[in-house]
Amino acid sequence: MSAVDYEGGMACPGCAVVPSLVDRANGHAGSGSEELQLAMPGVHCATCISTVERGLLSLSGVSDARVNLTLRRVRVRHDGARTVEDLIGIIKGLGYEALPLDMVVLSGTENDRVSRDLLMRLGVAFFSMMNIMLLSVAVWSGAADSTRDLFHYLSAAIALPTVIFAGQPFFRSAWASLRAGRLGMDVPISLALILASSISLYETMNGGHHAYFDAAVMLTFFLLGGRYLDHRTRAAARSAAQELAALEVPRAIRLRDGVEEIVSASALGVGDTVVIRPGGRVPVDGIVQSGASEIDRSLLTGETLPVAAGPQSMVCAGEVNLTGPLTVQVIAAGRDTSLARMADLVAVAEEARNRYTSLADRAARAYSPLVHILSFSAFGVWMWITGGDVRFAINISAAVLIITCPCALGLAVPAVVTAASGKLFRAGLLIKSGTALERLATVDTVVFDKTGTLTLGVPEATNLGTLDAVAQGVARALALGSAHPLAQALAAAIVVQPLDVSDIREVPGHGIEGHWDGLRVRLGRAAWVGAEAGETTATWLSVEGQAPVAFTFADRIRPGAETLIASLREQGIAVHLLSGDVPGAVGNLAGRLGISDWRAEVLPEEKASFVKALRDGGRHVLMVGDGLNDTAALAAASVSISPATALDAARVASDIVLVGQDIAPVAEALRVSRKAVRRIKENFVISFGYNLVAVPLALVGLATPLLAAAAMSVSSITVTLNAMRLK
Amino acid sequence: MDVLVYLIPVSLGLGLLGLLAFLWTLRSGQYEDPKGDANRILRDDYDDKPAP
Repeated sequence: MSAVDYEGGMACPGCAVVPSLVDRANGHAGSGSEELQLAMPGVHCATCISTVERGLLSLSGVSDARVNLTLRRVRVRHDGARTVEDLIGIIKGLGYEALPLDMVVLSGTENDRVSRDLLMRLGVAFFSMMNIMLLSVAVWSGAADSTRDLFHYLSAAIALPTVIFAGQPFFRSAWASLRAGRLGMDVPISLALILASSISLYETMNGGHHAYFDAAVMLTFFLLGGRYLDHRTRAAARSAAQELAALEVPRAIRLRDGVEEIVSASALGVGDTVVIRPGGRVPVDGIVQSGASEIDRSLLTGETLPVAAGPQSMVCAGEVNLTGPLTVQVIAAGRDTSLARMADLVAVAEEARNRYTSLADRAARAYSPLVHILSFSAFGVWMWITGGDVRFAINISAAVLIITCPCALGLAVPAVVTAASGKLFRAGLLIKSGTALERLATVDTVVFDKTGTLTLGVPEATNLGTLDAVAQGVARALALGSAHPLAQALAAAIVVQPLDVSDIREVPGHGIEGHWDGLRVRLGRAAWVGAEAGETTATWLSVEGQAPVAFTFADRIRPGAETLIASLREQGIAVHLLSGDVPGAVGNLAGRLGISDWRAEVLPEEKASFVKALRDGGRHVLMVGDGLNDTAALAAASVSISPATALDAARVASDIVLVGQDIAPVAEALRVSRKAVRRIKENFVISFGYNLVAVPLALVGLATPLLAAAAMSVSSITVTLNAMRLK
Repeated sequence: MDVLVYLIPVSLGLGLLGLLAFLWTLRSGQYEDPKGDANRILRDDYDDKPAP
């Protein structure tokens, strides 16, 4: 039951340890072959693997296809004749969703190299530890004289190269922190390793009784284990976040001399003209030159209702074009767009938040000086008592350093964080920041955004029951001809067979028109069909000669929202709802979910200052939001969560990403984080407790290598087991 | 105690073998897709003949 077994208990977060197939394969790709990777969120079993691999391999020109189930990706090597779109289409034909990944963003080479390096050192340390332990047991059980010396020499021959090789991560980081004038956790670790090895070597050469080679190597092994867990959790979060970012491959259609060409959004410059098709995301800030359409701004402002766009109206990056094609002249692209500027603001706010000191850092800051002082004073005192016996005094001070060495302390936090993030990953939450769990544990106030967070941002027809079948049939026939979200929701919700409507055409920015039974029928905006617009979201149907009827909509509540709010209230956490939407829609949702504290038509800055005011009032705020209008608030909160469907900027600004649709796991996250922090603190107490017993023995000179080894392994194993108790 | 002359090198050699095996698995990328590997043994693709 050590780090190895522990690893087996983890599900996916660990997988990201080695996303290196990419780089290796890229490096080795034969001539004339190209390699690409696709994200496949849907693969989950052996049959999926077979179907996809067989399907791809049966194509001409594809020389290799391998599904990585842990990373949910497929790597395809082909002769260059096939395009990404081509392959995505083929995979879709096999029944799976596939998305192109940006290979540049994906190149997590550095991450991967570090984790493999740590794993290798861990393996070497494990080998040495086991072999030296074998020899040490013989010494402890009474080997004497030349046998003991031989065993000590053998141990030295294994231990010294191991410590020099496997201890490098600690030596390097200790050196770096010394040069920066700080005393990190790695300084006492390195000192203990060096002192233990050199003292033991000296004792061995002089035929001494005690050698601490086993302790030195064991220390290296356990600490490397902690370091590896720590790295792996972080790498997993990072690579998952990268993958999310890579999902949105930014492409744009540029119009040059009347010819359309597909270019990367980063290649666009001011003055270019781009075409934005219905359903496409606006890649730049710009002014509409021609075309009429409606624009969905929900990600930017939280408004659920689309706004009309025509010549001379302004569109911003991140908005979605709904009904008609638009030709837009670029006024800002890339890093200058309002979207990117907002992301920059977030980066500044992030900086401020990163000043949070983790529990481990605080423990190390208190612990390191204490250890050094203890060890040096032991040296001084024994020099004085023995009247200058340097060898004896150094032995004592080395024993103190070895025993106090924060072996369990180095495992205490990573083991718990790994267990907790693995648990949350399985619940559908991705922890991006190392200290997020600790910050989450203190949360006493939760601020929600509405559109896209508590709701799905998808309209749902509400009054179908009150309308007659003919109206529904006509409406469905018309709605089927449009990509507008309201029309699509309507077409999906109506169960009546569509009636025979002919000449269906979409009038961009207004609605859909057609002829039924010789009469002109229209489905669209209130003003266009000759009706009075109301408070609620609605689309209107008019049949020539009859009064128009309204189909009303409400935003669909995200699954799990009711459970979440109820459970938060049960935990005694204050809940606020802030939205940029109109009061009617916000009030309605707040009523349905039972949130009494809500505000509508809130501007992005107001959201941020609201959160800041709460924090200044001493509250620990969790912000949950998805839109660009939330990003500043997300960054200002103590800790933040955003759904995976959120805009890049919002996901970047948040500490935790909600992967699934269900929002209920947020309550679980709060519960798990509180438990995790409790476990971390327990682990500190445990490792401190061992020191409390062992250190006095070391100080009076009663410590033996056996005692050091026992204290170290028992405390390390107890903290690991305690971490695994996290259920 | 003369037997130690053989036993110690044997025990070290066996340990070293284990270490080399571990390094080999690490280098040949056998920890890249643990979940996939666990599932791959369940498919029946190569039930009648071994993989090429």
